[in-house]
Amino acid sequence: MAKTTLTKKINLYGWLFVIPAALFIFILNFYPMVSAFLLSLQTGRGNNLKFAGLKNYARLFQDEMFLTSVGNVITYLVIQVPVMLLLALVLASILNNPKLKGRGIFRTLIFLPCATSLVSSAMIFKSFFSIDGIVNTTLMGLGVLQSPMSWLTHPIWAKFVIILTITWRWTGYNTVFYLAGLQNIDRSVYEAARIDGASASRQFFSITIPLLKPVILLTTIMSTNGTLQLFDEVRNITNGGPGIATLSISQYIYNLSFMYNPQFGYAAAVSYAILVMVAVLSFIQIKVGDKR
Amino acid sequence: MKQKHLAAIATYVFLCVVCLFSVFPFYFMIVGSTNQSVDIVKGRLFFGTHLIENFKTLASTVKLGNAFWNSMRNALVNTVASLFVCSLAGYGFQIYRDKGKDTLMGLLLLSMMVPFAALMVPLFRMFSQARLLDTTVGFILPTISTAFLIFFFRQSAESFPMETVQAARVDGLGELGIFFRIFVPIMAPTFAAAAIVTFMAAWNNYLWPLIIMQSQESQTMPLLITGLTAGYTTDYGILMLSVTITTLPTLILFFTQQKRFVEGVLGSVK
Repeated sequence: MAKTTLTKKINLYGWLFVIPAALFIFILNFYPMVSAFLLSLQTGRGNNLKFAGLKNYARLFQDEMFLTSVGNVITYLVIQVPVMLLLALVLASILNNPKLKGRGIFRTLIFLPCATSLVSSAMIFKSFFSIDGIVNTTLMGLGVLQSPMSWLTHPIWAKFVIILTITWRWTGYNTVFYLAGLQNIDRSVYEAARIDGASASRQFFSITIPLLKPVILLTTIMSTNGTLQLFDEVRNITNGGPGIATLSISQYIYNLSFMYNPQFGYAAAVSYAILVMVAVLSFIQIKVGDKR
Repeated sequence: MKQKHLAAIATYVFLCVVCLFSVFPFYFMIVGSTNQSVDIVKGRLFFGTHLIENFKTLASTVKLGNAFWNSMRNALVNTVASLFVCSLAGYGFQIYRDKGKDTLMGLLLLSMMVPFAALMVPLFRMFSQARLLDTTVGFILPTISTAFLIFFFRQSAESFPMETVQAARVDGLGELGIFFRIFVPIMAPTFAAAAIVTFMAAWNNYLWPLIIMQSQESQTMPLLITGLTAGYTTDYGILMLSVTITTLPTLILFFTQQKRFVEGVLGSVK
């Protein structure tokens, strides 16, 4: 009898330990998620809202700005994520070689960009590519450009600068994951492949990539989520411009909610679009990752 | 053999180019903070003599000390609060493991899939009603409990021997005592790793403070930086100096605690 009360008491403590954290997540994550959905069914300006059914969702498909922002984000996604992940994979497999001299230093320098904030990296790259910035000065000095190039007001080059900034900031971060994954692969697998005469690139495609599949899947999902929610870089490098050529979905939600006359209901509908995209893309990636 | 040599050289050249690319922005930022705006624009890449002047200009145009203190206070409070809440939960989920708690953990993990962009509008409305705008409590609440950290602590608690818990119970130590007096000291490296990533995330947080820290008084460093480019002409000297000041604390953490930082980034991935 005494024993059961003791187990009961211990079990009670278990719940006591987990409940504060769970409550915070319920109140600050799940509850707002539900309330965002309810909000998305209302229209109006400021706090003057009334029920409108699915009107906001219908509006999404006719909203030029929303469709452009989705297109922009997808452009960032399909160009930036594969390039960055491939670069990170190559770097990780080079750094994993125990015979490499100066391995520690190379590793530290490649991880280094993780130590800075997105805002700081955005500001530095914005300075690089500003009209009177160092990139223009250098290219003109080398004779590549005759007159300064307006990178940040050109719809394609502005996207390029944003993609470059994200790649700079996150490649080392993903390399950390791949290196950790590679350290779990038995080195004898590579030894055997080398004895069999497999080239370095053959080893990369036939051993490294298949064995790292779970980590590749994880980093792909993380990068996809991050890019779909892109905000800091776009807002600070181009502020969505020129026009809306670089606008991201998160920035559009921000603009709808906190600039001019707030349209909370419609902003919530746009935010649900991100939620659905994150869910759908993650699901596809998990399915594709499982099949291979 | 010669081909092998060439491949090795190509590898080192490639690595050096990548490293140059990753270090150059830092170099540019630090050098920039010692030069005046006109020289930075011209592409001057040597240390200058304008550091003190830039600092004086920066300190007189913005509330630098105030913003630095806000960032530091918010990030430190966030770190301590998150570590407390999440380590307790991670420990609870592992040590008192049962079906109910496993289900709850699975549910909490779902929150990792919810993009912050989907929460910011309702969170803002909740927080402005609760009068939490411009406060540290408002700053920390949305990130105080994260499934990532809970899971991280749960995974590390797996290596914490159950026998130790039972022995401590026999010795008459209470459940809370076991957590604070045995688990926390033994798991100090795990706590350090979690503290570093949490601090960095809070220190660098931009979108949420942009929404709720609306007054000058509550401005944080990332907000201060972006404010400097709001005018027509940007003084790159003071911009680079403010970027350097903001990056310095996280850079120091990175160089002194790299191993823990990597552990924290990896979280429960092994």
